[in-house]
Amino acid sequence: MSGPHVRIPKQAKAGEIIEVKTLISHPMETGLRKAADGTPIPRKALNRFECRYLDQTVFLGELHPSVSANPYIAFFVRATRSGKLVFAWTDDDGSVIRAEADLDVI
Amino acid sequence: MSDALRPHLNRRDLLVLGGGAVAALGITLVSLPATATPVEMETEIARIVGNVPCQEGRIRLMMPPIAEDGNVVPLTVSVDSPMTDSDHVREIHVLMEENPWPLACSFHLGPENGKAEVSTRVRLAKDQSVVAIARMNDGSAYRATAAIKVTVGGCGAN
Repeated sequence: MSGPHVRIPKQAKAGEIIEVKTLISHPMETGLRKAADGTPIPRKALNRFECRYLDQTVFLGELHPSVSANPYIAFFVRATRSGKLVFAWTDDDGSVIRAEADLDVI
Repeated sequence: MSDALRPHLNRRDLLVLGGGAVAALGITLVSLPATATPVEMETEIARIVGNVPCQEGRIRLMMPPIAEDGNVVPLTVSVDSPMTDSDHVREIHVLMEENPWPLACSFHLGPENGKAEVSTRVRLAKDQSVVAIARMNDGSAYRATAAIKVTVGGCGAN
């Protein structure tokens, strides 16, 4: 698995509620684990997930280390107009992983 | 030293003792990252909802009753809401009673979602109760609980 995976229907009717499924490869390291030699493995987790649709935040997640490695997040969005869904995952180190998907509203 | 007083340690005894020591060490390591307590979880819930009482109903927390792998436990939170401008879910929170930190994730929703349902996957350190909290736009709060048995704990405290 590499890079984020996003799945939405290619096409939706105006007003239709679509399911958005996202999956991203990430260790979500808690900072509690130890390596085989006993040294602690530092925390490295995604702490924020955002989905924007038509330049508006439609879903926001605050993530903590109890979220499993390779976070899977699925939710719903009401399709109104054709446009992009833009996704962003923020890492503890400040880096942001992005993805986008086109939605065609008929 | 008489034979009666000399410790009778053969190879098997040593192995058993060694195993016991490893097991004891293992238990110490597992308990090192202090887990949250039900009290801490309630404190966290109070921080989220303030002094609003959490009502039963309207919210469902769907999880398998037995999680074989505590590293990856799927869950879905569904709230009965029309998700209109005047009546919608604003936040969904998921908390664990016995994980190192009680709060697992918080999701912010609105009428743009059309349907108040969120799915994700979480870690569970051991058998425990998971709580989902929904906060509505009118300030009311709803709560659902699921008791999960965990075969092999997650959270990496191993």
